[in-house]
Amino acid sequence: MADDDIVLSLRDVTITNTADGAHLVRGVDLTLRRGAVLGIVGESGSGKTLTCRAVLGILPPRFEVSGGEIDLLGEDVAGLSARDWQRLRGTEITAVFQDPASYLNPSIRVGKQIAEVVRVKKRVSRKAAQAEALALLDAVRLRNPARVYDQYPHELSGGMLQRVLIATAVALDPQILIADEATTALDVTVQAEILDLLLELKERTGLSLIVVSHDLAVVAQLCDEVLVMRGGEIVERGRTDDILFDPQHEYTRLLIDEHNRYGLDRFLTLGTVPDEMKELTGVA
Amino acid sequence: MSPDAPLLQVADLDVHYGSRRSRTQALHGASLDVFRGETVGIIGETGSGKSTLARAAVGLISVSGGSVTIGGEVVTGFSDRKWRDFRRRGVVQLVFQDPLRSLDPDNTIGASLAEPLILQGRASRSEIADVIRTHLARVRLDEDVLDRLPGELSGGQRQRVAVARALVTGPELVILDEPVSALDSANRVQVLEILADLRASGVALVFISHDLGSVAGITDRVAVLYQGSVVEVDVTDAIVNRPQHDYTRLLVGSAPTLATGSLDRARRDELRSLVGAP
Repeated sequence: MADDDIVLSLRDVTITNTADGAHLVRGVDLTLRRGAVLGIVGESGSGKTLTCRAVLGILPPRFEVSGGEIDLLGEDVAGLSARDWQRLRGTEITAVFQDPASYLNPSIRVGKQIAEVVRVKKRVSRKAAQAEALALLDAVRLRNPARVYDQYPHELSGGMLQRVLIATAVALDPQILIADEATTALDVTVQAEILDLLLELKERTGLSLIVVSHDLAVVAQLCDEVLVMRGGEIVERGRTDDILFDPQHEYTRLLIDEHNRYGLDRFLTLGTVPDEMKELTGVA
Repeated sequence: MSPDAPLLQVADLDVHYGSRRSRTQALHGASLDVFRGETVGIIGETGSGKSTLARAAVGLISVSGGSVTIGGEVVTGFSDRKWRDFRRRGVVQLVFQDPLRSLDPDNTIGASLAEPLILQGRASRSEIADVIRTHLARVRLDEDVLDRLPGELSGGQRQRVAVARALVTGPELVILDEPVSALDSANRVQVLEILADLRASGVALVFISHDLGSVAGITDRVAVLYQGSVVEVDVTDAIVNRPQHDYTRLLVGSAPTLATGSLDRARRDELRSLVGAP
């Protein structure tokens, strides 16, 4: 029985490097519902990025989904041809990564790059595509969309570039957006801006989000549900509050402990927070 | 110099980069006092001017306005020669984020650590060996690193060597520019613990970072640098828990923490418009 509310499901997925037979992701199950935000936490080598790439149909050469099933918007991706993927990627499922500059052409003005995606995929006129690109730059809260439209990637800051990438990612009204370490390289205030933007887009468009990060705190602030990955497996999953306040797996405890030791948490005197700070940080 | 005068006094400092045609101002009247034995954090994001402030304080870049006073001596306007003599005395030392840039890749660790003392020309060979041994222990390194080259050490070990090198002349002030940002968490802890020991030993420290979390644990006071100006200075607890400037509020309210739960986007949006964040 198909559940219309589920936009993505993975069942017992194994990803193998066919060059040496190593199973780098093992037995991964996950379900993403429409309009939900799912977090995946893990360090490099945990398999979180490979899992995302399998979902996007962009596994590196020699890597394959060797077991289990990935169901994307009601279609088993195992049966998808390259042409099917072209129909889905960008249109229905899309992603933003850590290094936005490497996904833009350095010698073309950014507005034109977005307009071109819109023109080709939506089959609209150049003029309509331009207007839409400008509207998208405005929607990602760039201060001066018309100016950014005419700028080259190297003229923009990291935060602005990530906004441009998000604008490109949501240009075709996709149903699923994967943000894989999308804020890792950014300053903390800019990171918060981008995370706020993702939530705002989700609320406005009903987008379903997968947020991937090595930082449990980033994921915790955004997500309803969290998966903790380590060494290719999911070691813990659950509602965000349960994971934070009642972690079961020792690795999850380690992640929380690290944050408590080096994050700002240990210095925020939560018991005595003045009202204004409560309001500011959302502490109850 | 009176005993309660600041050890380091940065007053209304202006720094410009670039040629006359395309000048950008990196510091706008930045001011900060650091007293003897105190540990002060300087927090700032990309482009805030924090590295500029560190470099200007020790004369590595020239300033276009304001003054820097170290140990009662006005150092702004020093000639190159005067700076060389001043640095040789080793009163103030600077440690960079990337120790590969401050350690000569062709010099053994032992030679790098001895160099500042040899330049001073006061200590005998055996005295120098003693000083090096003492400071290696302070940064928790074994003596077998002495014969190695910087490239043969891990990033964490190199940063500890850089700290030891800054200490051999017995400075009164050490300025550290993002000393733990390039390190993984295990090495970060170790360097932070060493800095906490140093703080306890009475040397004044200026700890520059983009990360309030790393700085909060080992500082007496924190200065917040924004767009080239120090917008707020206060004891660390006040900066974290009772920030006064809107930018400081935004900075603290943007830090990902486990305790805060869901973000208050509306409040952050309001602060962003107040500080005019780009």
